[in-house]
Amino acid sequence: MKKAISFILNGNQIEMEIKPYWTLLHLLREELQLTGTKSGCESGECGACTVVVNGKAVNACLFPAVEVEGATVLTIEGLAKPTGELHPLQTAFMELGAVQCGYCTPGMIMSAKALLGENPNPTEDEIRHALAGNMCRCTGYTQIIESVKQAAHAMTSKGEVRPRKVQ
Amino acid sequence: MSKFEYLMPSTIDEAISLLVSHGERAKYIAGGTDVMVKVKENKIHPRYLVSLRRLQGLDHITYKDGELRIGATVTHRMLELSPIIRKEFPILIDAVTNIGSVQIRNVATIGGNIVNAVPSADGAIPLITLGAHVRIRGPKGERSMALEDLFIGPGQTLLETGEILLEFVIPQLPPRTGAAYVKHTRREAMELPLLGVAVLVSLAEDRTTCTEARIGLGVLAPTPMRAKNAEALLKGQTLNEDVLKKAGKAAAEECKARDSIRGEAWYRREMVEVLVPRMARLAMERAK
Repeated sequence: MKKAISFILNGNQIEMEIKPYWTLLHLLREELQLTGTKSGCESGECGACTVVVNGKAVNACLFPAVEVEGATVLTIEGLAKPTGELHPLQTAFMELGAVQCGYCTPGMIMSAKALLGENPNPTEDEIRHALAGNMCRCTGYTQIIESVKQAAHAMTSKGEVRPRKVQ
Repeated sequence: MSKFEYLMPSTIDEAISLLVSHGERAKYIAGGTDVMVKVKENKIHPRYLVSLRRLQGLDHITYKDGELRIGATVTHRMLELSPIIRKEFPILIDAVTNIGSVQIRNVATIGGNIVNAVPSADGAIPLITLGAHVRIRGPKGERSMALEDLFIGPGQTLLETGEILLEFVIPQLPPRTGAAYVKHTRREAMELPLLGVAVLVSLAEDRTTCTEARIGLGVLAPTPMRAKNAEALLKGQTLNEDVLKKAGKAAAEECKARDSIRGEAWYRREMVEVLVPRMARLAMERAK
């Protein structure tokens, strides 16, 4: 039996009918064609499906879609401004080499977004703790953590993310 | 994809009534991080999920007259960030900080962690060490019991059909009480513990004699257990290295460590001997 839900997705009010057994991940990828959020382990272990609901990072693969009723949801597609200007986290990840295959990247960025929303000036330990639920097979995490630091700096000092100097 | 109806009752009694009316075909769901995994792995096949997520009156953390009350739908993240818990019950911070990830802790509830009743539950060990009681409501009304008594086997509790955990009540602890918990893991994060050790000590006015000792052990028996022989060795004693060592040995002997996928019994027993004194020392520091 379908259920009507109403929620805010990436700044837009959405009203739709859903099946009660859908996960938020299924809703985003298969029903709304927002494939930026990735399916990894489908069991809450890898973080590839991380999205931000009411300011909190959650694994969309385990989140019943029905529970977004009345909530504000942010996915990777909602980070850049409507003008196309990237979020400092996105710029940092690109400029600092934090993206290799890219599969963990949306989840990593959304976890970092949630972190910076709660803690604008995190220490390295705090960043590691916040991203513990996001696995990366490629990078070894160093550039990812550095990107979060740089983005935090840019956001709090209202500066720009400094790209790597070209040798 | 497993199919189910998702019901969202607005009151506790409505939830109980829904569950009971659908009987075997229904299951409660709170945060969903255990239930949804089990559904996906086809370990359970509920036709109805009765959501406890939005029930009122179950998400409080209150500390009054020394008594701590934690509602069953409080998330691990709420505990992790609670100023009351950080200040007065650091053992619970030890416990929740490393449960899963931020994403899990943001939705996973402490009530759900307990009801899932795995012997490794990082939420359970410190709570039984603190002497927690649980309040339960079901079709037959309300009842209370010591949390320790709730567990009867791996994944099994005394909860009857339809019963919901309402809250955890930690009665006032004696003055000069400190408690600490360690989750012993191979990795830094995202792992179930090889073993968990919680120690609570209360000190006399001289700040060296132990008046009360409790030791909680996880993954070392089919249910969360207390190392009562080891506790008896600490009570009334000055807690010097020798006494702590003896208690560690006693705890290692009375636990029922087994070989499993994460570790072997001999290693677990050795680590109990190391970690009981270590947590006792930390608890003593916190007691002062």
